[in-house]
Amino acid sequence: MLQISCPWCGTRPEGEFICLGEAVPPRPDPAALSEAEWAAALANRANIRGLHAERWWHVRSCGRILTIWRDTVSHAIVPPPDGTAALEVKP
Amino acid sequence: MTARRLARGGLVDRSVPLAFRFDGMDLSGFAGDTVASALMANNVALVGRSFKLHRPRGFFGAGHEDGIMVSRLAPRPATNQLATVTPLEADASYVSVSTWPDARRDVGAVAQWFSRLLPAGFYYKTFMAPNWHLFEPFIRGAAGLGRVPDPAWQPVSESRYGDCDVLVVGAGPAGLGAALTAARSGASVMLVDDGEGPGGRLVSDGIDDGGWASRTFAELHTMASVRLLCRATVWGYHEHNLLTVIERRPADAPDLDLRNWKIRAGQVVIAAGAHERPIPFADGDRPGIMLASAARSFLHRHGVLAGERAVVFANNDSARGAALDLAAAGAAVTLVDIRPDPGGTQAAMLAGRGVTLVAGGCVLRAIGRKRVEAVQLRQADGRLSTFPCDLVAVSGGWNPAFHLASQTREARSVWHDDLATFVASHGEGRFRLAGAARGIFEAGACIRDGVEAGQAAVRTLGRTGPAIEAPDLDDPFVARSVAPLWFVPPRRPGEKVFVDLSGDVTTADLGLALREGYDSIELVKRYTTAGMGVDQGKSGNVNVIGIVGALTGQATDLVGTTTFRPPFVPVEFGAIAGARQQARLYPWRHTPLADWHLARGAVMYEAGLRWQRPGYYPLPGEDGKAAASREARAVRNGVGVYDGTPLGKFQIKGPDAGRLLDLVYISDFGKVAVGRGKYGVMMSDDGLIMDDGVAFRLAENRWLLHSSTGAADKVHAHLEQIMQVHRPDWQVSILPVTTQWANATLCGPRARDLLAALKPDFDISRAALPFMGMAEGHLGTIPVRVFRVSWTGEMSFELNTPARHATALWEMVMAAGAPFAITPVGSEANHILRVEAGYISTGHEVDGTADPYDLGLGALVSATKPDFLGKHAMMMRRALDPERCELVGLLPGDPERSVPEGAPLTPGGDKVGQEGFVSACVRSVALDRVIALGLLRRGRSRMGEIVHARVRNEIVPLRVVAPVFHDADRARVRS
Ligand SMILES: [Zn+2]
Repeated sequence: MLQISCPWCGTRPEGEFICLGEAVPPRPDPAALSEAEWAAALANRANIRGLHAERWWHVRSCGRILTIWRDTVSHAIVPPPDGTAALEVKP
Repeated sequence: MTARRLARGGLVDRSVPLAFRFDGMDLSGFAGDTVASALMANNVALVGRSFKLHRPRGFFGAGHEDGIMVSRLAPRPATNQLATVTPLEADASYVSVSTWPDARRDVGAVAQWFSRLLPAGFYYKTFMAPNWHLFEPFIRGAAGLGRVPDPAWQPVSESRYGDCDVLVVGAGPAGLGAALTAARSGASVMLVDDGEGPGGRLVSDGIDDGGWASRTFAELHTMASVRLLCRATVWGYHEHNLLTVIERRPADAPDLDLRNWKIRAGQVVIAAGAHERPIPFADGDRPGIMLASAARSFLHRHGVLAGERAVVFANNDSARGAALDLAAAGAAVTLVDIRPDPGGTQAAMLAGRGVTLVAGGCVLRAIGRKRVEAVQLRQADGRLSTFPCDLVAVSGGWNPAFHLASQTREARSVWHDDLATFVASHGEGRFRLAGAARGIFEAGACIRDGVEAGQAAVRTLGRTGPAIEAPDLDDPFVARSVAPLWFVPPRRPGEKVFVDLSGDVTTADLGLALREGYDSIELVKRYTTAGMGVDQGKSGNVNVIGIVGALTGQATDLVGTTTFRPPFVPVEFGAIAGARQQARLYPWRHTPLADWHLARGAVMYEAGLRWQRPGYYPLPGEDGKAAASREARAVRNGVGVYDGTPLGKFQIKGPDAGRLLDLVYISDFGKVAVGRGKYGVMMSDDGLIMDDGVAFRLAENRWLLHSSTGAADKVHAHLEQIMQVHRPDWQVSILPVTTQWANATLCGPRARDLLAALKPDFDISRAALPFMGMAEGHLGTIPVRVFRVSWTGEMSFELNTPARHATALWEMVMAAGAPFAITPVGSEANHILRVEAGYISTGHEVDGTADPYDLGLGALVSATKPDFLGKHAMMMRRALDPERCELVGLLPGDPERSVPEGAPLTPGGDKVGQEGFVSACVRSVALDRVIALGLLRRGRSRMGEIVHARVRNEIVPLRVVAPVFHDADRARVRS
């Protein structure tokens, strides 16, 4: 069971969260993509062995969706290497 | 001759005899015995039968590396207890497992004569075979690693959380050293050991430590920051330093059978010791043949001498200790060491202490069936002889127990030449190995290594672990200079060399797996089941790897190891669950009207997402079908009321709320007037229907969105993800309000008359409150919000009130409804009504493969919106394959013939070529016959055709009709 740090709530057990999978980019405009590109955006995931970004919904607490960086082998959660914040905060 | 209890020695209390029964025999042991040691002391050698071939088996190990299980019949039934770690209980009655009628006279033993019919891969191939179900009952009966007693075991278990600065696994010399230094540093420590008490090898090998282990344990016992768990095994090392521990018969809670811990540790010291491995030889699985460490452990822990004429068969120094101990206890001991020159001048020393050394010799085969009677021996010069014995103690080297480290995926297995086994290589992050678990065997060195590991662990926590005065110990014979011998090749074909006793796997099975092309060690394991038995390959796994290497000509280290996974020992599911079972794990959801429904005799069951709803309200003498028909007729002819409280409800608020609905629904919502609702179909972006429901515009920027009961959580996640991830710049809040509101839905041609009788303070005329309209006001003093929606094919008014008014509203409705013969309606009648009306239902027609066109909802798809979720994928999919399954009505040829929901539709009812399925089938009250809905390939173009549902042993012809059986023009709904 992971321990996940929520910027609002602190370090909490995984059971408070629901995993929403790999942190895919925001939904692109389908009109701007070819059919193949759209299919890839819908279905293809990097499924990285190692460090990757993923989203967790803190549904049993603050309700916010976080992006964390987790090593899929060791489960180590590390600060975002790209310097982004864990929360995709509304402007 | 026999195994026997010695007059002295061991940790048993000879002043407390315990009578017990095993397979019908009356026996006696002592307090401090395990079931295994007590059986050994009574000279019961044959204690079980092997898993597959039903060969006679005895104890091979003295701990978790053994695989002999017993069931306890009395005083309380208990299933599959590992005999070597189960404390003997007074007046208990045990039986062997995998046997019938008992281990001595086992009928299934005929299997060993047919072993050629049960080769490796037998299970693998049979499971894969299409007719597996034909063999299943027989195979389950004959295989099985145990049996469920009747009545079944109901262990009392508890699940508990714990945390500590340092978790130490194992209370042997290294673990005690680590725990003491960590505890003296002020860190909080948990020390977990799977034995009855501390000491590990210091006890089981009878090493004189001058009382160090006892003193250390006693000191730890006095420290408030230390928790000691005995009879407890760490079985899983999970992410973020969470470790799971199974504690059997916890000392502090006599009423508990099992306790499962989830412990979050700052640092972990793995001092789990090492497992001795065998040198497999022909018929080396006979009772009386065991690991040298097991013979030594029975001797020192329980005062039991496992045999009087012992052959110790070894390839390393450690067995010399076992040989000397057995000799000192009175056995005649011959040490057969495969090494031609094992340790130079030691032959004289051994002879002086009663041990005959056969250097360069080899045990070729065991003789004796239910118990070893002799071994065939080859001397260094090649001479063969038959050597009588009643005990063979074998040592093929030692495998460090670094399983837990490997479970973290942060340790690699690397080959160690001198020890001829794998050790772990890992970084010094959140755990470290100590003592035998990392290949350091000498007891004094283990203590010092444990102290260092404890110091290193607390250092990472900012503490200083003091040095500990470690005693010098006399422990000269440990595994070193190991001459690897993975097995002794059989001399005659047909001789069986068992390498994995728990899984009944022989060297021939491994050869077969390789010949059939399963050449990776992971595949060999799965094909032969080596390492998949009760002992999980603790003793034999490295032999398997060595043999695969030998048979394939690879160096052992290149064969690699199989993946280490939890659990390290078998763990009962009930222990993991503890008290969190059924409704205590997943609580039911009840509407505020649950008691009202029950008082009316409702039969309640789940309506999705754990919501309990009335299925029907039977009258005296009425069955469920009759009740549902009566309720449905009441709705068609008069008025009914149902509890729609569980329907998912979300308040969507904010200036961009309309944009959100336009994105998630296929229709145009932006133009819906305030005070009006619109039916919406929601797709995920993969172009398939996710859910449907009606959204009402309460105010310019405030909507109430309804989802199906069962899809509410999914819809919530969907909407939140859109808002927080994909449209974070939109100003919308999403508030689930499902449980804020209680509901009474009035439905039927008299619904408006009933509502009028409730004296509303708002206009309910058709003009003021039309279909898809809404109103807010009061019924008497009760505030209500009324929606005009229908899921029954009748005029409906959904009365919603704050949850606290639920019962008052329903009692008012029932009182006012009496003149209309109002009838409460459950889910079954709802189902009949919606099928008649041809309304789709999530989980039936909305099965995750349908799009709006498939379900006849194409007219709802917006022609103007350039984009909405699912549009693009839906269009792409339809372009690729226009032959879709479409919603149709189905009428069985026999009007009374029901078809199970889910029944496949195939051309002519053949076994192949499925072209759809029956999604719903009810007995219609409107048509007085059976009707059905289904999804059928190109269904809409096949009206009038006869199609066929294939049900068990029967083919049911059905006529394809339009998917609406009542109120086709929706006049009643809109009235
Ligand atoms: Zn939070």
